[in-house]
Amino acid sequence: MKRLFKTYLEKPELAGLILLVLLVIVFQIRSNGVFLNQDNLRGMLGILPETGLVAIGVTILMISGEFDLSVGSVFALMPMTMAVLMVHGAPFPLALLAGLLVCAAIGFINGYVTIWFAIPSFITTLGMLFIARSLTIVVSGGFPPLLPADLPTWLFTSFVGPGNMFRMSFLWFAGIAVLTSLMLSSTNFGNWIKATGGFHPAAASMGIPTARVKLACFVLCSMLSGFAGMIQMLRLGSPLPSIGEGLELQAVAAAVIGGASLAGGIGTVLGGIIGTTLIRVIDNGLVLSQVDANWFKFAIGFLTIFAVVANAWMRKRAKAIKMEG
Amino acid sequence: MSDAIIAVRDVHKWYSGVHALKGITLDFKRGEALGLVGDNGAGKSTLINILSGVQRADQGEILVEGKPVRIARPRDAMDLGIETIYQYNSMVPTMSIARNLFIGREPLRFSVGGIGILDQAKMRSESIRAIADVDLHLRSPDALVGELSGGQRQGVAIARAMHFKSKVMILDEPTNHLSVKETKKVIGFVRSLKEQGITCVFISHNMYHVFECCDRVVAMARGEVVLDKRIEDTSIDEVAGIL
Repeated sequence: MKRLFKTYLEKPELAGLILLVLLVIVFQIRSNGVFLNQDNLRGMLGILPETGLVAIGVTILMISGEFDLSVGSVFALMPMTMAVLMVHGAPFPLALLAGLLVCAAIGFINGYVTIWFAIPSFITTLGMLFIARSLTIVVSGGFPPLLPADLPTWLFTSFVGPGNMFRMSFLWFAGIAVLTSLMLSSTNFGNWIKATGGFHPAAASMGIPTARVKLACFVLCSMLSGFAGMIQMLRLGSPLPSIGEGLELQAVAAAVIGGASLAGGIGTVLGGIIGTTLIRVIDNGLVLSQVDANWFKFAIGFLTIFAVVANAWMRKRAKAIKMEG
Repeated sequence: MSDAIIAVRDVHKWYSGVHALKGITLDFKRGEALGLVGDNGAGKSTLINILSGVQRADQGEILVEGKPVRIARPRDAMDLGIETIYQYNSMVPTMSIARNLFIGREPLRFSVGGIGILDQAKMRSESIRAIADVDLHLRSPDALVGELSGGQRQGVAIARAMHFKSKVMILDEPTNHLSVKETKKVIGFVRSLKEQGITCVFISHNMYHVFECCDRVVAMARGEVVLDKRIEDTSIDEVAGIL
């Protein structure tokens, strides 16, 4: 019993999960049952994958001990690249491939500059935040291009499932979440990510290629952000150069609320998803409860600090529970 | 000569103009516990870093079991059977004992290009055995290393090295910052290594610890070996006098 209790206290995503359940109950009551009805859930689940995918990338990168502020800009640059290519006649698959390659290149530059010049990723990716946003506007020429009509939007944004509950994007999100989660928990590469972020000197002295591990995480993070941006473009039907602004900080907040440590080594994909869901739930729940929507950012800010304090406290409690022998 | 598991031949190292190692020649004999002592800056750490692949020698040769080798990375040293255990540097505190035991050498159920699915059942069962083999009593291989005491961490690091059949174990200041009781435990580990025929290099500031568990003592000063004697042929006073 004691061991069970201890094991659960050590789970980094626990605080977020408890808060999520509490808030869902509160909003359900405050909104007179509207919150959990089918239409509202459908709306929430429809946009969750977009921030969720970004949060997954940011969480994994954070576990490896690094940080990415450029995800919001990459979120806009990738669909804009695709749109411009498609306007010039490129077919969708080719444009998708090119867009993902641009993301990979940005992730690679972020990682390469951070690692080889030994500068904080905060600085590198802050620079990239401006660079990628600027590129987005430059390639669009100031006017968002018109998307061709025959795009395979069904593959990403159509409603599917019982009662048309989910968009296709949710299936992509769920699939990627399961895969990345398994990668972290059940592969040697996941072990290396945690070791690299957990204590770099130990990982290096045990022969783990820490530079390549981090680089891979940077690339993954950028590609997931770009992919998420493309889904939003297909949902909105237009590549707006301003999408994803402020998303980088929401994604960091989601990761942290989900228990990821800014110092690296601790965190889970599930935690990042719980954090994202929590943010979406607050956004939606405040409106339904007829609270002034300007309290949204206040709530996110408060929650971020609260979750980190709660996590630190629980970890300390867990440590204090001494097991025999 | 033939019983030297590692032979260091005329190894030099410069750091931006400072001659840190001035032609070290030293044999590490098979099955021997060698105590390496010396003041800060004497070159002990440099020599060990070269043997463990953290740094590279500028000049000279290293032979392992009679064959010249190139140790460019930590992994090279590990593949040659040389395992280095640092005071705090060899464990990730946020990970479990089982995961720490196999960092970088995870057993895989299948893999593509070196990346694959962990065999977690094997990791658990083998880490339980590895820990029991060094007579360490820990509640579970799932406990986080961050919750272990300094001595227990050394124990786990030694268990890891033994599990991977290391031939030479280098312990860098393993008794630093440890309580008297914990220190005894670590010295016990070194003795049991010797019983199992594993060559052991024990680096310490504390002469008493070296004399308690080693067969031979090598003292370094200013990048050179200044004393190399069997424990029974020397005394703490003589070694301290030379340093």
